[in-house]
Amino acid sequence: MSIDVKSKLCGSRETRIGSITGYSGTLHDIGQQLSCSGCPEEKKRCFSQAAGCASGCALAQAAEINDVAIVHHGPAGCAAIAQVKPAFDLLANAIGRDRNNFAYTCTDMTEADTVFGAVDGLADVIVETYNRYHPKAIFIGASCVSGVIGEDLEGVIDNVKEVIGDIPIAPIHCEGFKSQIWASGFDATYHAVLKYIVKPPQKKTNKVNIIGFTAGMAWNTRADVIRLLGVLGLEPTFLLAASTVEELEHLSEATASITTCSTLSSYLGVGLETAYGVPFIRSLQPHGVTGYEDLARGLAKVVGKEAEMEAFLQEERNIYLPKIEQIKKSLEGKRAMVAMGPNLGANIARVLQEFGMKMEHLTAWHFDKQYDDGTRPQALQYLIDNSPNDFTYSVNHLQNFEYMNILNTLKPDIFISRHPDSAIWAMKIGIPSYCVYDEYNVFGYKGTLRFGKTLQDLIHNRSFAENLSKHVRLPYTDWWMNQKADAFLVNG
Amino acid sequence: MAKILDEPRYVCALGGSQTVQAIHRAVPVFHSGQGCAARVSGDGSGTGYLATNTFPCSNIGETEVVFGGEGKLRDVIANALKVIDGDLFVVMSGCTTEIIGDNLEQVVGEFRDAEKPVISVSTPGFKGTNYEGHEWVVDAIIRQYLTRLPKGEKIKGLVNIWGPVPSHDPYWLGDLRELENLVRELGLTPNIIFGEHRGISNLNKVPLAEFNLLVSPWIGLGNVELLKELFGTPYLHYPTLPVGAHESSAFLRAVAAFAHIDPDFVEPIIAKHEEEYYYYIERSVSVFFENRTASKMFSTVTSAAQALAVSKFLINDFGLMPNTQYITENVPPEHQERIAEYFRKFNYGIEAEVVFSTDGYLIHRQIEEEYYAGPPLIVGSIFEKQIVKKLAGNFLCISTPFQQKVVLHSSYVGYHGGLKFLEDLYTGVYQTYN
Repeated sequence: MSIDVKSKLCGSRETRIGSITGYSGTLHDIGQQLSCSGCPEEKKRCFSQAAGCASGCALAQAAEINDVAIVHHGPAGCAAIAQVKPAFDLLANAIGRDRNNFAYTCTDMTEADTVFGAVDGLADVIVETYNRYHPKAIFIGASCVSGVIGEDLEGVIDNVKEVIGDIPIAPIHCEGFKSQIWASGFDATYHAVLKYIVKPPQKKTNKVNIIGFTAGMAWNTRADVIRLLGVLGLEPTFLLAASTVEELEHLSEATASITTCSTLSSYLGVGLETAYGVPFIRSLQPHGVTGYEDLARGLAKVVGKEAEMEAFLQEERNIYLPKIEQIKKSLEGKRAMVAMGPNLGANIARVLQEFGMKMEHLTAWHFDKQYDDGTRPQALQYLIDNSPNDFTYSVNHLQNFEYMNILNTLKPDIFISRHPDSAIWAMKIGIPSYCVYDEYNVFGYKGTLRFGKTLQDLIHNRSFAENLSKHVRLPYTDWWMNQKADAFLVNG
Repeated sequence: MAKILDEPRYVCALGGSQTVQAIHRAVPVFHSGQGCAARVSGDGSGTGYLATNTFPCSNIGETEVVFGGEGKLRDVIANALKVIDGDLFVVMSGCTTEIIGDNLEQVVGEFRDAEKPVISVSTPGFKGTNYEGHEWVVDAIIRQYLTRLPKGEKIKGLVNIWGPVPSHDPYWLGDLRELENLVRELGLTPNIIFGEHRGISNLNKVPLAEFNLLVSPWIGLGNVELLKELFGTPYLHYPTLPVGAHESSAFLRAVAAFAHIDPDFVEPIIAKHEEEYYYYIERSVSVFFENRTASKMFSTVTSAAQALAVSKFLINDFGLMPNTQYITENVPPEHQERIAEYFRKFNYGIEAEVVFSTDGYLIHRQIEEEYYAGPPLIVGSIFEKQIVKKLAGNFLCISTPFQQKVVLHSSYVGYHGGLKFLEDLYTGVYQTYN
């Protein structure tokens, strides 16, 4: 298994690495199936709720880059992603960078376009966008419509190259219908970055590619990351948030790549390693004590500075571990349910177990049995090998009706999720919940302490969830709430 | 010139789902790709009794694109009726299912005898905007649901109110409630189908109203005409969402005249409101007119409804002068001249230029060129924030994309709404020198 950065398409996670969106079982069952047949059997749904599509993930990621333009070839609704612009402007400003060359435009496809095609119009919009903003690279975002009617996005490049000169023009093949897994969109964008923007290395630098969602702005984790890398004489390149095309061109020269979420990053990490030999650190992610130390040591090994890192970790341990021990006392035995992307969920579940909490259920929005190098997701494997108890595990595809059914049955002390509009649903039935929005929420010892304290407080003061639950009701019938949560999962 | 959408301020016709969602216990059912629902949720409409990620959806994939998606839709509707506790199911098509030729009406027709009403509406993104989608959704509800209700007697004084589009405009719900309050003061009984504690019971009363009141420059005209055709209900088309004393009083007089309400009943109500309004204005007048940074000329960059509401208020009530008004929701050509005409009828013969444009870039370039005789006041969306900063102007964000405030139930409509508008506008001005 490997990644071919020159190929036209990277393909969906289903076809490339056998990822799935429907499963109901237990952690140990998954562990057993992975070690025997390779993957838990996929189930399909005969009832479903709206999830999220690959283009959302793909183009929102691409829109984080400061000096690119995105030309979305689709109807206006698809281009609602453009509304992320003001937030990324603020982010860039906060770290002293500008986004004056950024643009997000759309071809606003009409009914006539679906009949006659609109590649000429697309070419015009690309040229007009370039003339207005002079971006350093242009991404052409695909849509379901452009895909279904068979628009030749690669063909457009030659038509506009002559007019706008020699900047990368990169189609992102993120048509929503091509994958049920929105994370396929991350891969589509990283494929475009690898194929069209990253250049072969000229030299080796002390940069570390940090492939994540944000640039560590919350709680000023950015400073903590910089300090951690500083111990090894390394410097971070935060990706893709507030990054630049120039930074992307040099990704191949980095000392290593690390990540806060391997569901997000595996394609880029593996791609840079395969094509240019940049080591992708296959550690746990830096959430909680174990994850942080695993990542720190993995990175230290690459540069041969294990002793320096151990000294630094010991210093931090002395400050934070006694405080974390205090928090553990009140969290011990508290029952939790977690619902997130597969990798962060497995990481957060491990952190909760570090606190002595009891995992009752883990829901993954989709499931990757492996990444593009054929390796098993580390956080999942760690959980399978180390979890003190077996617990139920579901692959859920953001199906609210399923996880609300599970929550209502389990009634855990706390529900922890990471997706817009998921955590609040637990509150509607009186269960305290927490949205681990920011990937740096549980970063390092400091984040672990903060996270533990937050959980302690949420479980203690249940006022809001209790008050809310008395005044709202779920949009589900009693019939449904009395069914088994996997009632609509059928063999595919 | 390229057909370019730069800084999109609207979404596609599937955004009409926000109108369904705004009817309590009505359920949008998407026959579309899995990402469409999340994409078309407006500011602050993401959640509620339902959220976009609770909408039943056929989550069309490659298999359905090749073999058709009608079977999957059939399963989703049948099971939605079992799982979702709703009163009305509105099945909506997206781009993909329209292009592959799925027969929505036929599949939905199979549920004619279901326990709950199931209707369909064609809303592919390539066919129109969410504003048009709103009108198509209401149209479908009228044709496929209201006409099937048992006939009833008209209820005296009952007035259906239409206009603000859920939930795309951040203030839509507060605006509707304020219109409700104004109409109620005339002794009429307002009937609105959107928002809390309304839902199906109010919807069922729509055919029984004495008249329809449409407060909007163009959206909803087709709906009130259809209600007239099918139920014989007359309508008053009042284009201006009233903000502040001058416009609220004009609104009350117009509605009262249409409903044949005695002016002797109406004028004391107006007088009381205006007295209160100007009490507050008088107390704060120095903040408005004795500073160095307030604007004297303004432009709006927003929907026709908001542009007209704000312009009328700022000109006829507050004495500012207009520069070009930019109308951004891709208004269909047949409505444009009539809308432009509304902007030629301000007090003292004042007129405002109107530009219909979906191109934020060109709008901003024109704003840069125009002369505002001091700091410009730009009323629009968050996309205007940077250009206002560059021009050292004043900025009030009132429309999508919004991202500047959290709006729970406030509104700029009515007498209190005018005061609220001035509070928000002059908070911005005030902060430039404090």
